Amino acid sequence: MSINATLIGQMITFALLVWFTMKYIWPPLFDSLEERKKKIADGLAAAEKGQEDILLAEKKAKSVLKAAKEQSSEIVTLAQKRANEIVEESKDTAKQEGERLILAAKAQIEQEIQQAKEGLRQQVAELALSAAEQILGAEIDKAKHQDIISKVSNQLG
Amino acid sequence: MASEVHAAEGATGYIIHHLTPLHVGEGFWTLHLDTLFFSAVLGGLFVWFFKTAAEKATSGVPGLVQNFAELLIEFVDNQVKDSFHGHSKLIAPLALTIFCWVFLWNFMDLFPVDIFPLIGSLMGIEYLRVVPSTDLNATFAMSISVFCLIIFYSIKIKGPWGFAKELMFQPFGPWLLPFNLLLKLVEEIAKPISLALRLFGNLYAGELIFILIALLPWYIQPVLSFPWAIFHILIITLQAFIFMVLTVVYLSMAHEDH
Repeated sequence: MSINATLIGQMITFALLVWFTMKYIWPPLFDSLEERKKKIADGLAAAEKGQEDILLAEKKAKSVLKAAKEQSSEIVTLAQKRANEIVEESKDTAKQEGERLILAAKAQIEQEIQQAKEGLRQQVAELALSAAEQILGAEIDKAKHQDIISKVSNQLG
Repeated sequence: MASEVHAAEGATGYIIHHLTPLHVGEGFWTLHLDTLFFSAVLGGLFVWFFKTAAEKATSGVPGLVQNFAELLIEFVDNQVKDSFHGHSKLIAPLALTIFCWVFLWNFMDLFPVDIFPLIGSLMGIEYLRVVPSTDLNATFAMSISVFCLIIFYSIKIKGPWGFAKELMFQPFGPWLLPFNLLLKLVEEIAKPISLALRLFGNLYAGELIFILIALLPWYIQPVLSFPWAIFHILIITLQAFIFMVLTVVYLSMAHEDH
């Protein structure tokens, strides 16, 4: 159980082992551990971010959908309104057209009445004149008594 | 089986035979060849294993070897981080080396006590003691190395004067200087001695019990050696762990400036 030179040999071996571990074993293994730790952390962070992104995208999709729905319903309302307007407009136009046609017809009737009246007046005047001619004979000069004739014919109208 | 071989020398002879190292030389210049050989082989095993893992080290999916090596690295690193707060490139690899090497030394204890001496005797080697940690030289070599590191770091961090001041003026102030000095010296010297003797004592006693069990009749041996071996698995790991942790603690104390 004596202490002897073995001690020195063991110390040298120990020193060599520690040196070797320090130089060639610890750094690469430790680095790979650290690197993996970082990778895992990054991966987890990325996964979390991905999930957040999904949530965000879902939210966005929902809002877009909602906006689209609103817009479409708005468009439908607008179209209905426009259709109503068109119907009203055409109703108005038809009414106006009808009235216009009635008025035109009335005017025409009036005109024809006037024409008929005029014609009748001419005829009556002529008849009266011929009658007067026959009655008076050659006594009455047509050119001389033109005023009288036209006065009479006016009174007839 | 070997008990019959040594029957002539009796039980005492058997025990002494098992605890006598293979040695050459005289006096201080005696060399325990078995201690040197087995600790070097085990150190080589340790280095080879970790070197294999280190060469293939990848930050991707680790293989079996790398996984195991990383398990140990992480375990040691956590221990070091827990008790050592400075920055040092040496401490963690040192702790890893100590843990693994001491563990492998101690592990030799789990081989049946007669196997290696039997192989040795077939090769013409008379004495063979395979557990390096049952050799005081091995345990002291390690603890004295650690002690040198403690002194080295104490002086490096605190400066020669700072370290001397700590030795002289603590814990009782400058008026009790000789007393402080005595206390501090004992405290410092107790560190390597306790480290070495704790490991040696545990393993020596464990080995002795294995040898005693081996002296019993063969039908009793398994009943005793099996539980003792199981218990010993705990002891060898624990002793390696204690040596490592205490080394880290001592070195962190050396790094602390008061």
